[in-house]
Amino acid sequence: MAFQLLLNVFLAFVWMFLKGSTEADTFIIGYIIGLLLIFLTRRFFTGRFYLYRIVSILKLLFIFIKELILANYAVFKSIIRPNAKLTPGIFAMKTVLTADWQITILSNLITLTPGTLVVDISEDNSTLYIHAMDISNKEATIEAIQNSFEKAILEVSK
Amino acid sequence: MIEIIINIITGTLIFLGAALTVVAAFGVIKLPDVYTRNHAASKSATLGIMCILLGTCLYFFQTEGVFNSRLILAIAFIFITSPVAGHLVIRAAYNTNVPMCDHTIRDDLKQQQKITSE
Repeated sequence: MAFQLLLNVFLAFVWMFLKGSTEADTFIIGYIIGLLLIFLTRRFFTGRFYLYRIVSILKLLFIFIKELILANYAVFKSIIRPNAKLTPGIFAMKTVLTADWQITILSNLITLTPGTLVVDISEDNSTLYIHAMDISNKEATIEAIQNSFEKAILEVSK
Repeated sequence: MIEIIINIITGTLIFLGAALTVVAAFGVIKLPDVYTRNHAASKSATLGIMCILLGTCLYFFQTEGVFNSRLILAIAFIFITSPVAGHLVIRAAYNTNVPMCDHTIRDDLKQQQKITSE
């Protein structure tokens, strides 16, 4: 990923030297031509074509913002409703993610999801302990949401 | 025409941000224990402040034609740091044995800690 990005910037600079101009739009045109070249020669690189990863990062960011808005709606509902019945609790969740940054992003996502907050992460990075606002019927759906988060994070690191 | 639309969006964003912050404050008063309060504080306050900053950014862009990138940077910083702050507060509360409210029906972490300490 980083190598392809660097190569693309380098190709854009080569284009600027070929044109003999230092304008920003020459750089942008050179960058687009370099992007095309890297796409055409993508089978010689070890990783994927790096635009795929950028798209999946953008998708993750979109999920982040969507979940934040949904979470606020849920909190709003549970605060406004008079004497709502709360059944909070802490449950454990296994995760397939291994790298530290992946677990950090996952727990940030979970913290911003409706009704869940990460309390602790086990020593071996395999289990997350999550405090949920309403544990009675939500556990299955929460697990489903988290599977989609995990999938999105794995998509980025593939 | 565009001016009016931007004005409406700015007003809505700032009002929404203020309203969300009020909801978060009510949540902190109303909810029973530190864990559930943290839910309200860490989510609603985050989005509320982000909305207010975005509205401010739009306002100055419209009235004075200045794009203030520091506000966008502030939004990004708050977005990254506030869930971590919520997690750290709740973790510190748990590790110092702050009790949960009476409705609490499940605690997997306590069982896990019992197993490891034995």
